[in-house]
Amino acid sequence: MTSQRVWTKITHVENIPPREGRPVRIGNLEIAIFNLNGRFLTIENACPHKGGPLCDGIVTGTSVVCPLHGRHFDLETGMPVRASEPSCLAVFPTRVENGIIFVDIDL
Amino acid sequence: MKRLVVVGNGMAGVACVEHILKRNPDFEITIFGDETHVNYNRIMLSLVLAGEKSADEIVLNDVEWYRSNNIRARLGVKISGIDRAARTVIDEEGLAAPYDKLILATGSSAFIPPIPGVDKENVHVFRTLDDTHALLAKARKGLKTVVIGGGLLGLEAARGLQVRGCEVTVIHLAESLMERQLDATGGEYLKRRIERLGIQVLLPRKTAALFGNGHVDGLRFATGEELEAELVVIAAGIKPNAELARKAGLEVNRGIVVNDFMETSDPDIFAVGECTEHRGQTFGLVAPLFDQARVLAATVTENRGPVFSATAPAAKLKIMGVDIFSAGSIDENEPGVEVVRYEDPALGAYKKLLIKDNRLHGMILVGDVEDEHIYMDWMRSGTDLAPLRRQLLFPPPVDAGLEVADMPDSETICGCNGVRKGDIIQAIHKYGIVTMGQLKERTRASTSCGTCASLCQKLLRAVAPDFEEETKTSLCACVPFSYERLREIVRAQKLKSVQEVLTVYGNRKGCEVCKPALSYMLDMLWCGDHEEDRSARFINDRVHANIQKDGTFSVIPRMRGGVTSPDELRRIADVADKYSIPMVKVTGSQRIDLLGVKKADLPLVWRDLGMASGQAYTRGVRMVKTCVGTEFCRYGVQDSTNTGIELERRLENLFTPHKFKMGVVGCPRNCAEATVKDLGFVGQDGSWQVVVGGAAGKSVRKADLLVTVETTEEALEAGELFFQYYRENGNYLERSYDFVERLGMEKIRKETVYASEGEKRNLLDRLRRSKELSRDAWLERDRPSNPTQFVQIEVIEGQLV
Repeated sequence: MTSQRVWTKITHVENIPPREGRPVRIGNLEIAIFNLNGRFLTIENACPHKGGPLCDGIVTGTSVVCPLHGRHFDLETGMPVRASEPSCLAVFPTRVENGIIFVDIDL
Repeated sequence: MKRLVVVGNGMAGVACVEHILKRNPDFEITIFGDETHVNYNRIMLSLVLAGEKSADEIVLNDVEWYRSNNIRARLGVKISGIDRAARTVIDEEGLAAPYDKLILATGSSAFIPPIPGVDKENVHVFRTLDDTHALLAKARKGLKTVVIGGGLLGLEAARGLQVRGCEVTVIHLAESLMERQLDATGGEYLKRRIERLGIQVLLPRKTAALFGNGHVDGLRFATGEELEAELVVIAAGIKPNAELARKAGLEVNRGIVVNDFMETSDPDIFAVGECTEHRGQTFGLVAPLFDQARVLAATVTENRGPVFSATAPAAKLKIMGVDIFSAGSIDENEPGVEVVRYEDPALGAYKKLLIKDNRLHGMILVGDVEDEHIYMDWMRSGTDLAPLRRQLLFPPPVDAGLEVADMPDSETICGCNGVRKGDIIQAIHKYGIVTMGQLKERTRASTSCGTCASLCQKLLRAVAPDFEEETKTSLCACVPFSYERLREIVRAQKLKSVQEVLTVYGNRKGCEVCKPALSYMLDMLWCGDHEEDRSARFINDRVHANIQKDGTFSVIPRMRGGVTSPDELRRIADVADKYSIPMVKVTGSQRIDLLGVKKADLPLVWRDLGMASGQAYTRGVRMVKTCVGTEFCRYGVQDSTNTGIELERRLENLFTPHKFKMGVVGCPRNCAEATVKDLGFVGQDGSWQVVVGGAAGKSVRKADLLVTVETTEEALEAGELFFQYYRENGNYLERSYDFVERLGMEKIRKETVYASEGEKRNLLDRLRRSKELSRDAWLERDRPSNPTQFVQIEVIEGQLV
């Protein structure tokens, strides 16, 4: 049986410029959606280190650098890029349909 | 004294004369050149076309060289005949010049394929300095340009013209580019690189005709297809200039036939360079021609002995960011040849080594030419590769000292100019050479194609006791160039966006280190005439506020010289109330900080404040801290407050490699701490001391005196000169206090306040231009660079199944 996904219709793709992230609040959760040149990836927005807003970080390849203390996370897996920074992030399945971004938030 | 006449004033002919002079000959030397220029480096013409070098910079022998060596230079004189019986050469006006020995160094000219229409206006060749100037005169933005020929020269011409704004298409007869130096795979990689630079490549295309009424309008291909063109450059190869020799009855095939001693069929006539044909081979690359020059110098000075043998040709494409190197034989079907190959499409790297009898026989390197020297060394020395088989594609880095130390003195370091290791060592000791510049000047090593520069540097470091390294720090692994080199690349190649730099010269991704650094570099070089990419900026520079630990921001409005007004203070208070700003604090820079502002409130806060950005969040001009000076203080001897306000006005809104703080004090009591600022003015009775490189942060450093001047205007100008000089030469994230220590005050003074009037004007002009194009970042309150920069994205609708 295929698991049923619950997709939340977020926003138009134009609202997230290339190589940048934007925060979106859904209930108590804040996610950060990134536009990797047309491919959209979503992670939870708080850095596990000190809660930094990852949506404001510089994107490098498929990872993001936290603007507060420079922790580095892979946007595809939520895993830390450096082994010395062991905590990881939640990632959320994301798809684009007719120019609109949908994110699967399993609340 | 015997008369030696040289027909041809190009690289080979003059190189030969240089070697002859070293042998202290008993000659009266005359050189005829049909070009009006002194001997220049023809290899570098594409760099002149691209604006990376000026015509002066490629001069190899200036007028003084001819004069001091008692050489008669007859420039702009074309020799049209040789009377072998009378032993004279005859110029076009019928004037004769007698010789005892004659050297023909007539070079080659562009091969113009027999296509109808090649005589039309705006159809050019690219062979000489005059050709280059003619192309530069035509080149302009958007000019539809077609280069016929996808070889080394054609591609370099194409890039040069494209950098000048032309819309360039390269068409080539063969199936792939540079097919004489590369195989099909290498050609394909090259094509992709060239296309990524924005040059169109059409392969294979046979041109049937050029059409147009008087001037060229386009090309028609053999297929009937047409291509519009306002400018056509033909770079379809060269042919030896052998006509003069042929008419004189010398043995000529494609080129002037010479034997191993560079003698022609007439015992008093010799030939050297691209006009020659040796054992059935003609020449188009410079290295073998310098060998010829050396051999001929021996022959003609009656030291006949050394023989010429053509060595494996090596070719390198001189387009920045397109690394192509090819050497030796690349024919993989040659019996006994094994091929070792590596390719990485993502990196655009391709290496192919051809090995014969366990010796390196030829190579093609595309995208990754790092190990070119090691390979060339293997090939030249015939290194046995059997023990190295596992490391062929990635040879272990050779320890610099050892590699050079291991070389025999007779080993050639600079293949282009034929400079051996022994020559360099001798020159270093004899002339006390300590820098690369001096080495180049004395030995000519690395002045042609430049590929041996790193080897020369290593040798210099190993041999010269007082070697002066030109400090070069690489920016980061994403773009592996030094700051200096990157600035040069970005300027010369007219790169206007961070992504472009990363795509062409880097790993395409970039990181949090290089992206902001490149953003700064582009802004500094192009003063706003570039593509600002906010994704490459740190968050502070996207939202023009300083991010705090909880993700809120701090807002510091500009308060020039630390002077405010009741009205401003009221607005600040109102803003703090209206937006429930948790803290209002006076900073150490005589300004007021509003802390804890939400991102969405930033544009509203700026609007309500009605004040300009204080740039307290960025690597840029922060503030000018002042004391009250003559206006109120009873000790003040200079008007520090108004001078500080004026200084801030002149520099505000500009960016710098790191933050830039200033201070102006009205007397040496230094109440506003000007001597620990990046730039400070210290007022004295009747003069200002302008000091730079002070610090009172992580480092504490007393500023150095730049200059003492009488008037306030002079002080302001000195400050501006230093400021712009730091902007242009400072490495990103290098504070002024590190900058002054790296460069030394003497150099800084010499290149700012003590520079020539012209240089000073240039610095100030560039500063003014940047200033004119700069603006208060907070004006983005009305026009944000991106509509969702400050606005929280609201979900369109909730859960869907």
